[in-house]
Amino acid sequence: LKLVIGIVRPEKANDVLEALYRAEVRGVSLSRVEGHGGELERVETYRGTTVKMGLSDKVRFEVAVSDEFVQTTVEALCDGARTGEVGDGKIFVLPLDQAVRIRTGESDEAAVTPVAKR
Amino acid sequence: MSALPAVLTLAQVDTGDTAWMLAATALVLMMTIALGLFYAGLVRAKNTLNTFMMCVAAIGIAGVTWALLGYSLAFDGEGALIGGLGHVGLSGVGFEPRGEGTIPHLLFMAFQGTFCIITVALIAGAVVERMRFGAFMVFAALWSVLVYAVLAHWAFGGGWLAEQGTLDFAGGVPVEMGSGFSALAAALVVGARKDYGRQALLPHNAVYVLVGAGLLWFGWFGFNGGSGLGANDASVLAFVNTLLTPACALITWFVLDLIRGRKVTAIGAATAIIVGCVLITPAGGFISPGWAMVLGFLGALPCYAMIVWRPRTRVDETLDVLAAHGVAGFTGILFLGLVAQIGWNGVADGLFYGDAGQFWSQALAAVVTPAYAFIVTFILLKLVGAVMPLRASEHDEAVGMDVVYHGEEAYVTGEGAILVMPEDDRELLVADPR
Repeated sequence: LKLVIGIVRPEKANDVLEALYRAEVRGVSLSRVEGHGGELERVETYRGTTVKMGLSDKVRFEVAVSDEFVQTTVEALCDGARTGEVGDGKIFVLPLDQAVRIRTGESDEAAVTPVAKR
Repeated sequence: MSALPAVLTLAQVDTGDTAWMLAATALVLMMTIALGLFYAGLVRAKNTLNTFMMCVAAIGIAGVTWALLGYSLAFDGEGALIGGLGHVGLSGVGFEPRGEGTIPHLLFMAFQGTFCIITVALIAGAVVERMRFGAFMVFAALWSVLVYAVLAHWAFGGGWLAEQGTLDFAGGVPVEMGSGFSALAAALVVGARKDYGRQALLPHNAVYVLVGAGLLWFGWFGFNGGSGLGANDASVLAFVNTLLTPACALITWFVLDLIRGRKVTAIGAATAIIVGCVLITPAGGFISPGWAMVLGFLGALPCYAMIVWRPRTRVDETLDVLAAHGVAGFTGILFLGLVAQIGWNGVADGLFYGDAGQFWSQALAAVVTPAYAFIVTFILLKLVGAVMPLRASEHDEAVGMDVVYHGEEAYVTGEGAILVMPEDDRELLVADPR
C-alpha cells in the first residue's frame, strides 16, 4: 500500500484528473497549496510596493493505491502535469500503514480505488 | 432637426434639464465600472483584474478619442455617412446649447462620451482571458472612432439612418447592436481560449456578477432616462420603462430556467437584468409602459435561446455580448417599429398603430447596423493582428492575464512575498522574464 503525492501546476490539475481517470484511478483528494520549486519569481507591484512572489500556487493530489498501481498512478501524474518548464512540480511515493473505507469498514487494499486485481 | 425656428428663438439652457443630465452622465460613466465588476465575476479568478481593467482602459481610451475626434465625427454637421471635423478637439463646444437643445453643448458631449466608453468596454466581453492587453487598447482606440462614432452619427447625429426615419431612443444601433455584432467578429478573429470546449471554464464569483448587474441597472436609469436630453416626458417614460422591462425579463428568465434545469439561477437572473435593460434601450421613450412589459416578457426569449445555443458552437464569444446586447438590441429596435405610439412619444406610430413604414425603417437599421459593425470590426482586428499579436501565448494564458499583464493578483495573501528595495530595481529588470 502506498500514498502517492503529486504537487502540480493549478492549470494542469484538470489534465491530471483526466489522466488519472483514464488510468482507472478514481480515489483522489486534492488541495490548494503554495510552494517554491526553483521557478523564476514573479515580480508584482502594488502601488509603491514592489515584491518578488517567492511562492506559487500549486495543487496537491493525494492518491492511496495498492503496490501494483503505483507505477500507473505516477505515470498518469507525470503525463497530466508536464509542460517541460521549471515549476511542473514533484511526485512523492510514501509507504502507507493502513487505509480504511469508512462506509464499509473495509481496510487496506480493499479500501483503495482501484481495488487490486487478484 | 429643423434649424429654422432656432434662428429666431435662440435656444436657452434650462437649469432643471441641465441638473438631471449632469447626474445622468455620472450614472452612465458608473455603468462601465459596474460592467467591469459584472465581467470580472464571470471569468476565472486568475483573469479577474485583466477583465476589469479592459473596462477601465475603455474609459481612458474612448474618453480621449471621443474628445479629440469621435465626438466631431458623430455630431458635427449632417453628412449622410459621417460628421465633420468642426468639433475636433472640442472646438466650438461650449456652454451654449447644441441646436434646439436645452442643456449646455459641453454636457451633451460628455453624456454621449459615456456611451462611447461603455460600448468599447462591452466588446471586451468577447475576448477576455486570452487577448493581449496592449492589442486590446489599440483596437479600442480605433474601434471607438471607426465604428462607434460612425454608428452614433447614423442614429443620433443626423446621419442617413435618422434621416430616413429610424427611431433609436438610447442607442440600440450604436451601443447594443454595435457592440454585440462587433463582439462576434472579435471572438472569431481572436479565436477561442485554449481550453474552450475541453474544460469547464466557470464564473469565479457569482456575487460580483449580481452586484455588477444591479449597478448596471441603476446606471441604466441615467442611460435611458437621460436620453430624452432633459427632465421631460420622454425621459420619464424611458425611466419608468427601464424599471418595467427588466423586471418582466427576469420573470421570463426564471420560467425558462425552471423549464430547462428545474432551478432558477443567480447568474441567469443577472443576465436577465442586462437583457431587459438592453431591450428597452432603443424603445424607452417611444412605447407605452404596457408594451414595455410585453417587450420584457417576449424579448427575453431569443436572447435566452442564443445563450443556450452559443456555447454548443465553437465560437468562444466568451461573455455572450452577442446574445445580451446584439440580439436584445435587434429585438428592441424591431419591436419599437411595431408598437410605437404617437400618443406616448409625439413622434411616430408603429405598425400596430397604422404606420408600416416605421417598421421598415427599423428593419433597415436592424440589418445595416449588424453588417457594418461585424465587417468593420473583422477587418480592423485583422489589420491590428497584422501589426502585433492579438493573443497571449499558451503559457501566459495558463498562468493568467492578471500576473502576465498587470503584475498583480486579485486575491493575494502576501505569503512568500519578498519586499524589493528600490536599489534592487535594476537587478529585477534583468530577472523579469517579461
